[in-house]
Parts: sequence; C-alpha cells; structure tokens
Amino acid sequence: MTTLEQRPVARAPLAAHQRGAAGRVAAAVSTPGGAIFVLAGLLLVATIVANPNFGDPGVIIRFLGRTAPIAIAAIGQYYVIVAGEFDLSMAAVISMQVVLAGNLIGDDVGRVLPVMALMLVLGAFIGLVNGLVTTLLQVPSFIVTLGMMLALSGLVAYLTGGAADGNPVDEFREIGRGGIQDVPVVDVIPYSLLIFLAIAVAASWLMRRPFGRSLIAAGDNPAAARFAGGSLVWLKTRAFILSSLSATVAGVLLVGYAGVHPSVGQGYEFSAITAVVLGGVLLGGGRGWVLSAAAGAFALELLFLFLTAVGVESTWRDTVQGLIIIAAVAIAGRAWTAGRRPRRAGTTPSTSRDEQPLPTPGTTTGDS
Amino acid sequence: MRRNRLTGVLGTVALVAALAACSTDDSIDDTGAEGGESAAAEGGAEEAESDGSEFFSQADMDEQDEQRSATFEGDEATPWLQYIDGPMTDTSEFATDQPMKTCFANASISNPWRQTGWITMNQQLEQLQEEGVISEMETRDAEDNDDTQIADIDYFISEGNCDVFIISPNSTAAITPAVERACETGKPVIVFDRGVQTDCATTFIHPIGGYAWGIDTAEFLVDNLEEGDKVVALRILPGVDVLETRWGAAEQIFEENGIEAVDYFTGADPAEIKKILTDELTQGEVQGVWMDAGDGAVAAIEAFEDQGMDYPVMTGEDEMSFLRKWEETGLTGLAPVYSNFQWRTPLLAVQKIAAGEEIPTEWVLPQTPITEEERGDYLEANDGMPDGHYAKFGGEDLPGYPDVWQERIIP
Amino acid sequence: MTSPSTSARLTGLSSTAIVYSVLALVIVVGGVLTALEGRNLFSAGSIQAILTTASVLGLIAIGQTLVILAGSLDLSVPFVVSLSSVLAASTMAGETGNIVPGVLIALVVAAAMGLVTGLVVALLHVHGFVASLGMGLVISGYLATNYAGSTGSAPRAFRLLGATYIGPVPLSTLVMLGIAVLATVMLLRTRTGLHLYAVGGNREVARLSGIRTAVPVVTAHVLCSMLAGVAGLLLLARLGVGQPTIGSQGDYDLMSIAAVVLGGTLLAGGKGNVIGTLGGVAIFAVLSQVMSALEVTSFLQDVIRGLVIVLAVAVYARREIERRPAPFDQLSAREALPGPDPALQETR
Repeated sequence: MTTLEQRPVARAPLAAHQRGAAGRVAAAVSTPGGAIFVLAGLLLVATIVANPNFGDPGVIIRFLGRTAPIAIAAIGQYYVIVAGEFDLSMAAVISMQVVLAGNLIGDDVGRVLPVMALMLVLGAFIGLVNGLVTTLLQVPSFIVTLGMMLALSGLVAYLTGGAADGNPVDEFREIGRGGIQDVPVVDVIPYSLLIFLAIAVAASWLMRRPFGRSLIAAGDNPAAARFAGGSLVWLKTRAFILSSLSATVAGVLLVGYAGVHPSVGQGYEFSAITAVVLGGVLLGGGRGWVLSAAAGAFALELLFLFLTAVGVESTWRDTVQGLIIIAAVAIAGRAWTAGRRPRRAGTTPSTSRDEQPLPTPGTTTGDS
Repeated sequence: MRRNRLTGVLGTVALVAALAACSTDDSIDDTGAEGGESAAAEGGAEEAESDGSEFFSQADMDEQDEQRSATFEGDEATPWLQYIDGPMTDTSEFATDQPMKTCFANASISNPWRQTGWITMNQQLEQLQEEGVISEMETRDAEDNDDTQIADIDYFISEGNCDVFIISPNSTAAITPAVERACETGKPVIVFDRGVQTDCATTFIHPIGGYAWGIDTAEFLVDNLEEGDKVVALRILPGVDVLETRWGAAEQIFEENGIEAVDYFTGADPAEIKKILTDELTQGEVQGVWMDAGDGAVAAIEAFEDQGMDYPVMTGEDEMSFLRKWEETGLTGLAPVYSNFQWRTPLLAVQKIAAGEEIPTEWVLPQTPITEEERGDYLEANDGMPDGHYAKFGGEDLPGYPDVWQERIIP
Repeated sequence: MTSPSTSARLTGLSSTAIVYSVLALVIVVGGVLTALEGRNLFSAGSIQAILTTASVLGLIAIGQTLVILAGSLDLSVPFVVSLSSVLAASTMAGETGNIVPGVLIALVVAAAMGLVTGLVVALLHVHGFVASLGMGLVISGYLATNYAGSTGSAPRAFRLLGATYIGPVPLSTLVMLGIAVLATVMLLRTRTGLHLYAVGGNREVARLSGIRTAVPVVTAHVLCSMLAGVAGLLLLARLGVGQPTIGSQGDYDLMSIAAVVLGGTLLAGGKGNVIGTLGGVAIFAVLSQVMSALEVTSFLQDVIRGLVIVLAVAVYARREIERRPAPFDQLSAREALPGPDPALQETR
C-alpha cells in the first residue's frame, strides 16, 4: 500500500536487465563501496580541471600524505561502526595525544620512543574503557563516547591550562611532516602515506580474519553472532581499542604535520564518521568494506580541495559540503539497493533489509 | 494543525502571563527603545542588502584609527593603568574601607588568550585580597554562551551579595540588557574586553579595538607588499563581532590598496591552516599572510617551508609560538597585540573605586603591536613560557611570577 | 495484555522513575555541597537560573525525543535555532507590529528545514545522522555568508516573553512545559504518536502492520525543527537581538541527545517519553547551577558532565537489559505480529 513497499517489485526487472548487459564493472561500481572510488576519482579529475596545478604528481602525493591522518581515523571508526557502534571520542583522543606529545617529548629526542609507547598505551586504555562500558554496562556507545569526549577534553584542558608548552622535537615531527626525499616523478613520498598504506593493508587483512568476520556479523545480527559462540564483549571492545589506537596514530601524524595546538583534531569524530558513511559503510553495522571507508576520507578531503580549486567563497563552503554529502550518501544508498535488487527480487519485501534504514549505530546497547 | 495548536498555546500562555504580570525585568523598558534602535540601525535595516558587511562601522574605524596615535595618560611601565584622556566617572559614593565582594561574569576561558588573562587576573586578585581591597571574587563562567551569561548576571544581581560587578561580555548587543540590570542595582559595574551598547557602566575597559588591529596589520602588509600581491587571510570563525571588526578594517584597506585578499575560516586548527596555505601555494604565489588571531601561525609558516617557498610577509599575534618562529625564520612580520594585560585592569579599577578615586568612563588601554625591533626583548622577558602564552600579559610584578604562567595553572 | 508488554510498561515506568531518582540525588547532593559553600541552591535566583537553562535545552530535547523515538537523529538543531533567531530578529526589526510575521517566518522556515531533513531520511533512506549533519552544514554556510554578527532586534512586547517571571518561574519555562504536555498528548493520544513509536520500534513490523512509515518520521523531524525554531525565538526574546551563533554556543545537538538518553529514551528508537527527557534536562540544569555555585572551573565541569551522563545511563541501562525479554522472545513476538499492536505495546 505504500510507495516504499511497491518499489522493489516495480523496479526489479529494470535492475535485472542491467545486470544482464555487459555492465559487470558498472555493477561492481554501483555498490556504495565501489562507487566511492569513482566519486574520489571524479573529484580528483574535477579538481585538476579546475586548476591543473593540482595534477602535478608531487602535489598529489603530498595531498595523499596529509590526508593520511583522517583516512587512518576513518579506518579506526570503521571497526566501530561496522560492529554497530559509534566512537565520538576520537577528536578528544587526538587532541589529548597531540598535547601529550608536545608537553612530554619537548626538546628531548631520547623521550620520543617512551612517550610514543605511553601514548599508545593510553590510547588503548581509552578504547578499553569505551568498549567495556559499552558492552558490560550496556550503555549506548553514542553516550559512552560522548561522555568520554567531554571528560577527556575537559581533563586535558584542565591539566595543561588549555595550551601546550610547545612543539616536540623535529625528529618526532618528521613522522608526520617528512618523507623519503629525491624520489623520481613524485619528488617525495611522505612517511604518513606509507604508514597509512601499512595500516590499510593490515586492516584489510584483519577484516578477512575471523575477528573481522565476527565483527561484521556482530553488526549485522548481534544475536546470531552471540549464539555463534563469540564473546561480544571482547569483540566489540577490541573494535573500540582499534579506534582509539587509530586516533593515536592520527594524532602522531598531525603533530608532525601541523604542530601542537589543543584544537588539532577538532571535528575529527564527525569527519571520520562522514568518511565512513561516504565509503558506503552502513551506520548500524554489518555492511561495508574497510578500504572504502579510507577512500571515503580521501573523497571528503578531495571535496575540500575541489572547493578551494574552484574558489568557493569561505562562508559558503559548509553549505556546498553539506549538500554534496547528503547527495552522495543518497545516491550511494540507491546504488546499493539497485545493485542488490536482482537477488532480492524473488524474495518477499519483508526480508529486503535495504529498504529499511537500520537502527542508529551506537544507540543500542552492546549486545542487541 | 499542529502548529496552530502550538502557537495557540504560546499565545494563551503569553496572555495569561501578561494578565498575571507577576514580575518583569525593568531594564527591557530602558533598552527596548535605545538598544532596539541602535541594533536595528546596525543590522536589521540594512538586512536586505546584507553581504556580510553590515557589521562594519566606518565611524568606529575612524575613531580607533585616531586612537592608535593618541597620547596615553599614566606611566608607560604600567600600561594596564594607562588611558586616553576623556570623561571621568566620579566614584566617591562607592568609597569604602571594607573589602569588597566582587562578582565576575566571565564569557569563557576557552582559548589560550583568555586562559592567559584569567591566570593573570587571579594573581592580581591574590594581591588585592592580601591588601584587603577585595574579600572574595565569585566567578561564573558562561562557557561562550550568551544565554548562560545573562542568567549568570541575573543570578549575581539577585543572589550574589555583590559589592561590585565585573562583566566580560560574551557578545555585545545580547548582553547589553543584562548589564543594564546590573547597573540598576546602584553598585559599580565594570565591563571589560568586548563592549556593550550602553554607557551605564562605571567604566568600560578595553584596548583600542578590533578596527585598530585590522588597520595596524593591513597597513603593515600594504607597506611591505606591492599592488597586486596576494594575501591569504586566516580567520577563526564567522559571526563573532570582535573578530569581524578586525577583518572588516583589514579587508577595506586591502581593497583600497589593490591587494588581493582571500579569506578562510580555520577554527584556529593548525592542520586546517597548513592545508589552506599549501593549496593556495599550489595554485599560485602568496606574498602575505594575515591572521585575525595568532593561534596556528607556526603552521602557516611551515606550509611555506614544506613547499620550499620564500617566507611571506606576515602578521600574527603576540602569542609566544609566533614570536619564536618569527625570530627563527627572520621573516618580515608584525605581532599585533590585543592587550592581554587588560585582565588586570578591572580589579585595579575595583581598588580605585574602593578608594573613591575617579576613573575613566571609557578606559581605553594602549594596544601597540610588537615590531621586529622589540621582539627580542619580549622573547627574553617571556623565556620559559609555554607556546600558548601571550607576551604582553603584564603580570611580571604579580605574586606567583613566573611559575604560575609557566605551569599554566588554571584556577 | 500479554506478559512482554506488561514488563515493557514496567520498564518504561521504572526508567522514568530512575531518572527522577537521579535528579533527586543530584538536587540533594548539590544542595548540600552548595550549602557547605555558604550558598543556597533553592533561593529564588538560583531556581530562576536553573529553569532558564532548562527552558531552551528542554524545548530542543522534546523535539529530539520525537525524532529519536522515530528511530532517527537530528544534529542540525543548533543551526535551526540560530536561523530562527536571526530570521525573526531581522523581520521584527524592533517593531511590535512585526512580531507575528517574524514568528511565522521563523517557524515556517524551521519547519521547512525539518521537512527536507525528514524527507531525505524517509524517502532517500539517508541515515538521520548524516542527513541532519548535512542539513546543519547547509544552514551553517547560509548563516556565515549572511550574518557577520548579531542582527535585527526584538520589540519590547516580544522581549517580555524572556523577561517575565511568575514567582521565580520564567515564562519561557511555562512555554516549554506547555509544549511538553502537548507532545506527551500527541505521543499517547494521536495516531501519529502511536505510529511514531511503532516505526521507531521496528520499521519493518510497522510497515507490515499497515503504517505508512514515512509519515511519522517526517512529522517527527518537522516538529523537532519547529521546536528548535521556538527555542530560537525564546533565545531572541532573552537576548533582544538575533545571534547567528547562538545555537552552536549551547552545544544543543549533542546535549539534547544526551538529555534524551539520560531521560530513559532508547537511542535506537521506539521506547521512551517526554517526561523522562525533562528529567534529563533538569539533571543537566541543576548540575550546571551547582557547579557554577561551587565555582568549578569550566574544564572540570565538562569532565563531571561526561561522567554523569555515562554513569546515570549505566544505572538503568543495566536494569533494562535484565528486564528485556530474551532475544528469542523478541523474535517470536515480531513474527507473531498480526496488526500494529505488539509494536505499539512495546512503546511504553
């Protein structure tokens, strides 16, 4: 009786027809996880058309390097979102790590390694707390990580008086600022890009392991995942730990790239979530490819670059950004539905999960 | 249907309340006309042609331009007590030998500039408490929220047992009625930093202002650049009047002198700043960088380093990170100052009020940029201070110096 | 009535009861701490400050409750608040005669924003989180382009709304409470209200039960946006001028969501009520006043807020899990769904 109900039935033949044609590639690309690579590519081309200077290989590689922190954050956020949760504490973790690096490392090269170890331990600890409170105390992760965000940023501001002492030594900052020099064609390969690639490969591998499969299963159907014998508590807690650790790595790279300031990392929680969603990962969990999440981050940053290249007035940038995000997600959602429809065509509408927006991630308690 | 019901109820409730008319803040009668008119003249009337410049006031800009070269009364060694000659307020009626309970409605301590000032203010307080001038200072922090600050001021009026009010308004027009209510208590009211649209306060303490900042910085860039050169303007966020005036003045001067200025909002995030400049440098040469506040200046400079470009002509702020990087690189620069030492002045005004001395009705403090010649002195004087510290904080003679500022202990 | 629905009702009652117990605890502990400092939490001025804080956040949180009940989220509220404030202020321009057009324009525009967000959520299947985040950005760009600072002004008659008190109770609080009553009536007594719970509880079940699922979702978004618009008008009455950043100043997006959840509403939708939300709002308001009276540094205030949010929700989140039927019961309940009833029963 509703339009919603009729749609799958009415359009199924059309989609099936598309599938029957030689458009196999188009079909692969028409999943949101594939479409994001196309979107990123289009944005890059559009940017280069708008200003050819951005087509220089050296410029592109530097751009990729500086986008590494947000892409790494998006990968971290992916683990949490695919498991049906949220991590809003990401920006606060980044900001904390940035200030810690500034205050603890200071001018002493000898302290780089111990402090980095400390930062990783702290990052893991925050993820552990987020995860355990979410899973054991059954508090929605949206609330847990919101509380963590407030508490952490308040505490760091209180302890440091709101500002860091100064930038840490250059050797430490090289991680995020430097790169392999004198490379042909691209001139320089930023370390941050290499770190991102390593993390992306590891993430891709991890998601094929039982851990990754269980994580997706947990987001898709928590009850089934639990009955399959996995411990949801430890499973989801690991996702939160990975998220906080990713934020920590992003923090290390950002200190290098930009230096110390309490506002470094601000907005990263929303940027990372937006990137993940742009990458076709469903809020609510259970769907999506980790590398698409990273591609979502590159697409998002390319969008900003494009706005710069075409000279959109500073005050209007938010508006354009908002419109494009809504449009991209809406179109990706359609593509997803279209891409999957043939398989669904024969089944009853009630099993067509794509037609129903999923519950908000992080809104349900850990095991439901 | 739903809306009708809502508005219906709204109307009914309003009607019932109007009939009951239990109590109404008097100040809305006073400001209804005055504040309303001035606000309307400033914004509302010209709304139709709004292009973001309705906030700009040429008269204010001209006045501040003159004040930049004005003579300041008082000792140069204590700039926080200097003022431009003008009308004075007689405070003899408030003279007392009892310690005064001071109530401070603070806008926030959410940025390094305000934190530095807040630390200085508390050290000044300690000194005045020892001298028996102030018994205690009760502070409410509005956390950057106009609505909260109005509630804070009303709370002080009804519950604070305040002998004197100090108000650092979160925004100009919105806080005006609340300041007027404070004035109506008959107690002295000290307003500082951002202003309000009323002269009821005993004194309004502020450095020259945002336009002066804009003029100082833009003229410096114009002097050191050539016509047709490009300046990237880094602004923290839109819609904040104290920042809009800085940009308003600078933009006008750039325009008049044929400097191409492109502005961006950065949220004071160095990563954003560096990306913006990197992209600008990719698109073409940038000869100058202008900032409406110095946070993140270092990232802007590093963008030039990483791209292998010549340093720009640049204006930052008297924040230590900029001064240090400026010296290290030797670029052509200027550090405009929004005098942080003004955080001492309100409490010193309390001291003068307690003594019944007359004080300036509008207490305009010096606001002098730090030039390259002076830079070394300020770096030396502030050696050991954190990056987020401000060189002209003016607390060298206060108790706790320098540890409290070095450790950045937030009270 | 079946046993699952009875237990669901008990849970609903008790979670609201727990919210108010937490509120009582905060008041008692806060009252004692404030008294130790030599100040009075229950003085007229103090109550006035608490209620003022609660009015604006309360209005927005009521709207957020509706959206969350429907299974969505609204992150655009701060920008709608600001937009309503500047539009009404510049329309009124200090003239009493312009009050009605000013209010109408603000509310109509706010409703339109909610309508767009709601349609994007319901028809384009974009998650409420993303749709409202995007809508917030769109409005934010408009505000940044057109308003460089406070603008327009409210005439005296309109400012009375923000300056009139009945005893220590601000008129704005009464407005907020009146709207809370209306929202509760709507949720409990109208078809739209019942459908809202049904859709939020389980969209698929609701759809199979013959509910047009888009309607409640869009309605909730429109109402939420309008309530944000009303909040903007209240703030205009308090401030006297339109302020393009007033919504962001209050962090109303995340704080309203926190208040809703603190009030016992399930963030996944389908279960909760406005009364609980008001309790959540009151907890924040009292907490703020206590911490201000104790002169807690604003940084530490955030720390305490963060801890309270998590701990308070933890108190009854655990209880609910214990009371919740086992997953298999839920499944069987869903499968046995002839007609809308099971989903509706779960709502309270």
